[in-house]
Amino acid sequence: MSVNLTLLIVMGALYACGIYLILERSLTRVLLGLMLLANATNLLILATGGYAGLAPLFSKDTPARDYNDPLPQALILTSIVISFAVTAFMLGIIYRTWVLARQDDIQDDLEDRRVAATPSFDAEDDAEVPAETSEFPLTMLGSDGRDVSDRRASGAAADQAVDRPVATLVAGGREMPAEHAAAEEKPGSLNVGPSPEGGGK
Amino acid sequence: MNIASFAPLAVVLPILGAALTFLLIRHSRAQRAVSIGLLSLTLALECLLLASAWNGGTAAVTIGGWIPPFGIVMVVDQFSSLMLVVSSAVSLAVLVYATGQGMADGDEDAPVSIFHPTYLILVAGVSNAFLSGDLFNLYVGFEILLTASYVLMTLGGTGPRIRAGVTYLVVSVVSSVLFLIAIAMVYGATGTVNMADLAIKLGELDQGTKTLLHVMLLVAFGIKAAVFPLSFWLPDSYPTAPAPVTAVFAGLLTKVGVYAMVRTETLLFPGDTLNTPLMVAALLTMLVGILGALAQSDIKRLLSFTLVSHIGYMVFGLAMSSAVGLAAAVFYVAHHITIQTSLFLVTGLIERRGGSSSVDRLGGLAKLSPMLALLFFIPGMNLAGIPPFSGFLGKVGLLQAGVQLGTPLAYALVIGGVVTSLLTLLAIARVWNRAFWRRPTDAEHPDPVLLATPAGRISGPGAKVNNTVTLLPRTMVGSTAGLVVLGVALSVFAGPLFGLSDRAARDMLDRTPYIQAVLGEGTAVPGTTAAGGGR
Repeated sequence: MSVNLTLLIVMGALYACGIYLILERSLTRVLLGLMLLANATNLLILATGGYAGLAPLFSKDTPARDYNDPLPQALILTSIVISFAVTAFMLGIIYRTWVLARQDDIQDDLEDRRVAATPSFDAEDDAEVPAETSEFPLTMLGSDGRDVSDRRASGAAADQAVDRPVATLVAGGREMPAEHAAAEEKPGSLNVGPSPEGGGK
Repeated sequence: MNIASFAPLAVVLPILGAALTFLLIRHSRAQRAVSIGLLSLTLALECLLLASAWNGGTAAVTIGGWIPPFGIVMVVDQFSSLMLVVSSAVSLAVLVYATGQGMADGDEDAPVSIFHPTYLILVAGVSNAFLSGDLFNLYVGFEILLTASYVLMTLGGTGPRIRAGVTYLVVSVVSSVLFLIAIAMVYGATGTVNMADLAIKLGELDQGTKTLLHVMLLVAFGIKAAVFPLSFWLPDSYPTAPAPVTAVFAGLLTKVGVYAMVRTETLLFPGDTLNTPLMVAALLTMLVGILGALAQSDIKRLLSFTLVSHIGYMVFGLAMSSAVGLAAAVFYVAHHITIQTSLFLVTGLIERRGGSSSVDRLGGLAKLSPMLALLFFIPGMNLAGIPPFSGFLGKVGLLQAGVQLGTPLAYALVIGGVVTSLLTLLAIARVWNRAFWRRPTDAEHPDPVLLATPAGRISGPGAKVNNTVTLLPRTMVGSTAGLVVLGVALSVFAGPLFGLSDRAARDMLDRTPYIQAVLGEGTAVPGTTAAGGGR
């Protein structure tokens, strides 16, 4: 089986350009890259058909070995139709992206960003350890460095002396200390709810 | 006349339905009737196909009267007919669910009216891929279902869906191009794309060429099946689509990739050349997927990660290339299609009832809607592999096969499988504890719907009835319940089903029934002893 060198070189160039283009962030270039890849593949299928020959089933006198292999061409026809449909759809998507976001770039996934930015601190799991109530109290220090161990056992009077009045405010349908509420407003906090559908970009 | 000769109707009927529903695009009631009716008819036909293939008997249908190596063939054997029945049953349930959702929300006009034709084309593509006995026709089946899935994924054209759709579209097109390149190379090397013919001719190639073609096909299918290094796209794109669409994608699309991998491994490239890399990929898919799931707070994303993780089990069963392992993999695919789809449908219901699918915002659903809790609990435990359910039976089958194989890598996979199962239980239990078990007020950022409802319920029976109708329509709950019941039925009738999987696995490893059904009796089948290794 002999192959057409020009076709092979063109195919290689198309693949190279196509792969380069689909690695871009701009959607139009990605589309161009996909089209180049599809066309390069069509050339590859054509090359598998072997050398050029006469049209099959054209004349009864042509010897069988002069015929061209018709199957790859049928395959190419199918794949051209498919890549046409995909290209049309992709153009529609690109236009829609432009309408929604006024840019041609691939958008970041907000949920991904949110999960990545979530601190390892978890309000429920990492809550400050409550006062030790066992018979053999351990000495524990709170976040401010004061001894918080066995507060309950040491008596209510001491407790009141240590505790400052805590400012509370209502947030998210429940009352919480003001400092916690402030902390939850920080960027990357779990408090940032998912944006309503259609509102993100 | 043999019932198997009606196999092409499994593809033709949905396409016919798509054409009809497209004509009826302004008449939503007729559209619903046609699509549900034709899909039920398809399901009935496929049940007959399964019944005819139940005890063996692979049948091939030549399309257009062309003799097999040249024309297109459709092959009905136990594996493909089982896949057809399960996939159509699941798609019918999802269609009823989606119809119920559409009716409840009153969106009777465009662009949702495009849903029915597109959905039926998706079903046709899936059936075509399962039935195809020809590599290029398999590619066409993939393209039919992918093109339909692009439309369904971006339904409505909202920002997040377009963003997710772009990722999905580009990845799918690249994998299709890879598949097409592989087909071109296979054709260049052998001069045929008929799978039975390839099974004979690929064996005559030298080892290097064979490995190259094998790897190319596996990479192309691996992207579609979301096997670990190629699975990055899935959790990114699935969760944004509408609930029924995500459900059917999660159930069917990756499984078509798995199906193609099974055919590649058993029919085209028998033997164990790539078993070690496949096993490593399976282990990584299981562990990386489930660790990803644990980091998620959104139920849909969490389920997408468990989907990736459980693909690992199927690849594990496939990579052992023993009859026991393959049988367990076949059983697991059938189980997983049903369970994963029902979980996504329940998540859709949770989102409607609780106003969110994020576990940070949910709470108290078990008290608000015990039915919903039950519908989540059963498939959830099934997915995690708790004993009476089919998930447990499938996993036990896989672990048994792994122990039987006895290599260090197989033991590593057995351990990985158990760990993944436990971590799945942890992930599901976290969702259960947060969304269903705790009080709504304990949620980090409770959804107003959950806090408002008790007052609404107290205010009068009228309000309650009104709530139930709009939030949980009977059709949606009913179809979800039907699918959950199907999942339980798979556990109850696991005995016969495992028998069927076992026969399917033996026939696939033997290869003789498939090749002789397509190319005629008396075709010499080379290397059957190598194919049956480890039995």
